Amino acid sequence: MKEEEVKLVGFLCNWCCYAGADLAGVSRFQYPPNMRIIRVMCSGRVDPVIILDTFLYGADGVFIGGCHLGDCHYLQGNYYAEKKIEMAKRLLKEAGVEPERLRLEWVSASEGERFAGVMKEFTAEIKELGPIKFEKEEIEAACIAAADYSLRILATKEKELLEEGNKYGEVFTKHEMDRLLDDMVREEYEAKKILLKLKKPMSVKEIASELNLKPNVVFRHILDLKRYELIEVHEIRDNTPTYIARELSEGGNEE
Amino acid sequence: MTEELRIGVFICHCGINIGGVVDVPEVVEYASTLENVVHAERNLYTCSSEGLESIKSTIKEKELNRVVVASCTPRTHEPLFRATCEEAGLNPYLFEFVNIRDQCSWVHMHEPELATEKAKDLVRMGVAKAARLEPLEELTSDVIPSAVVIGAGISGMTAALSIAKNGFYVHLIEKGREMGGLLRHLYKLYPTDELAKEFLEQRIKAVEEHERVELHLSSSIKDVEGYVGKFKVILDENGVEKSIDCGVIIVATGAKELEPEGLYDYDGEKVITQLQLEEKLKHEDLNREGIENVVMIQCAGARGEVVEYCSKICCMNAIKNAKLLKEANPDINVFIAHNELQAYGEEYELYYRDAKKAGVRFLRFPLEKRPKVRKSDGKLVVDVFHERLQMDIPLEADLVVLSAPLVQNPDAERLSKMLKVPLGQDRFFFEAHVKLRPVDFATDGIFLCGTAQGPKDIEESISQGYAAASRATIPLAKGYVSSEAIISSVDEAVCVGCGICESVCSYGAIEVEETEEGRRAKVTGVKCKGCGTCGSSCIKRAIKMQHFTDDQLIAQERAAFVTETETEVVS
Repeated sequence: MKEEEVKLVGFLCNWCCYAGADLAGVSRFQYPPNMRIIRVMCSGRVDPVIILDTFLYGADGVFIGGCHLGDCHYLQGNYYAEKKIEMAKRLLKEAGVEPERLRLEWVSASEGERFAGVMKEFTAEIKELGPIKFEKEEIEAACIAAADYSLRILATKEKELLEEGNKYGEVFTKHEMDRLLDDMVREEYEAKKILLKLKKPMSVKEIASELNLKPNVVFRHILDLKRYELIEVHEIRDNTPTYIARELSEGGNEE
Repeated sequence: MTEELRIGVFICHCGINIGGVVDVPEVVEYASTLENVVHAERNLYTCSSEGLESIKSTIKEKELNRVVVASCTPRTHEPLFRATCEEAGLNPYLFEFVNIRDQCSWVHMHEPELATEKAKDLVRMGVAKAARLEPLEELTSDVIPSAVVIGAGISGMTAALSIAKNGFYVHLIEKGREMGGLLRHLYKLYPTDELAKEFLEQRIKAVEEHERVELHLSSSIKDVEGYVGKFKVILDENGVEKSIDCGVIIVATGAKELEPEGLYDYDGEKVITQLQLEEKLKHEDLNREGIENVVMIQCAGARGEVVEYCSKICCMNAIKNAKLLKEANPDINVFIAHNELQAYGEEYELYYRDAKKAGVRFLRFPLEKRPKVRKSDGKLVVDVFHERLQMDIPLEADLVVLSAPLVQNPDAERLSKMLKVPLGQDRFFFEAHVKLRPVDFATDGIFLCGTAQGPKDIEESISQGYAAASRATIPLAKGYVSSEAIISSVDEAVCVGCGICESVCSYGAIEVEETEEGRRAKVTGVKCKGCGTCGSSCIKRAIKMQHFTDDQLIAQERAAFVTETETEVVS
């Protein structure tokens, strides 16, 4: 692929960024033709699962455009979007993809020129990074992790935990939250990678060596996955149990 | 889906706007090869009566059950094409819009080949989404034929009277003991110089005498529930709790003058605000006090000093008060130190000239070198930096008047949360669209007028009062409202009732309820605005955001870069 051909997908909110893109058109501000735009009503609609799926299906960069903070047509949508996109970035990083390939910008309906500028900049950045490279299984694992309840709770509740605190009124600092997110994202991602490996039966040791993880870490994940009935013991081979995933739809999607 | 998909694609030349850059015939040819597409054509203008007629006749002749138009932006033309589909008997939500003008031909004018490729991709994405569209119905519900107007300033009074005259019952709620708002503090009004008191008394009388206006003084809002057509407003009226049912709400809570604490030696006696000056003018205090020199300082606290915005009314207000001072006592010296003076329009410009003729002196200062107030031998001196002379001009003053900006009332924050309507960055209430919907909130059934939305003078506040009343009367007169068809829905079989959706919904449109199968989320259709934040938050992915479903968005995104050899990827 020529580097000019980097493929970008943008999800733009109807009220601000999409309108800003329209204004760029009305004003004839030119920008590179790499992005394919998808309209959503609010940036808060954009699900990390969909973002990761977009990468899985060939995008070199994904752009999310919403209203400026405080100007959301739906009051709060963009605040939630911000946290969800952070989550997607963390998962990209785990999957070995540069998180800069995912970009969130606030563009108002009156910022046509700025929209064109952001497009130029983002396209140039992705050209600089070149076409995306990843192992299919890695993004798939990230997709399943994003679809799983624990990361969805965290991504949604992050705002509340930072601002209002938990049930006991304990407000998290940004630092504590980051540490929690880093740990959780890694855990979930590892677990989902193991799950994907178990399309065919494997033992703890085999998984550990294939995924370059410590056997005790793999074993902990195996116990969790078994508890959630996502995997089962396949057979006992030479006193060593092998495990297999119960069922998993192709492509890492559950829609 | 059991029915056979029959998609029709209509591609617009938009004269030369699209056709001049994008190779439209090539896109049409490409579109006709896409899966499920049974018809593809091009139109010089798809939105012309010919184009629309073609859509309608093709829907019938070729039994289309999905329509894709690739032309301009859905933000202007979606309603038209949806209505066209509906006229031909097709559910309007089986229509998909592809933007190949504003976001393609107009922005890639010098790359026609790449623009054509992009147009093809966008059409393919639109077709992929169209294949997954589902028919939707708008919901309707009854409207309680009465209104609540919050705030009995001039704007709220105007709105309340106007609704009442239209034949509907109005509850006018005022937190103070009297009606009138800021107008009660004014002396005379520009440009007519009539007495504010007389003007206000007439309006108060009209409100009090109207049989369909029920006044609630000394009342504060405790809570607001419901949605357009069926609001319940809980009041604390003189310590007694009252509940009012109404169909629409108008926010007319006004603003207050910034207290310029700590600015320009403000003390409320020798350095005062324009409103305090009006009070003195009313009681003719100035002659008694033997004031000879008055200096007014514009933008005191505004435009980057305390607040960022321009308060809009202070220029005219200062000119008016200066002129009144000169007229009452021609020997008095009045200076207006300003940065940029706004006396827009014919009447205000004439008024400004009159003030000049009366002897009011105007002095311009740069914003980065605002005037300074100091004391010299017990007298006040205002140093005004003169840009041409590059030096301070010292002006002696017996009285310094600060033109302080209007700012939001501190209780607006609470009200905005109760009503679930936004405040902008300047803390004023934020309308749905600055040009297209200037007195609506994005939340249906709630409107705004007057200085609650930002500084404005009496004339504008009255105009907005009429405007808000006229907008609010629409659902009252119709008797029913139809709400968004694009709302979220919950798959109860998957929902576990965790309540995370409830916590992210700004409109209270989705709530967890006890059902026979346990706790389940439930959507109140008329409250839902269709943002979809609940859908992307749902831990079980049990919420479907209609018209922007996971399925549809994923199909669209996966179709973005599919080459012809791997079309089967879209599952």
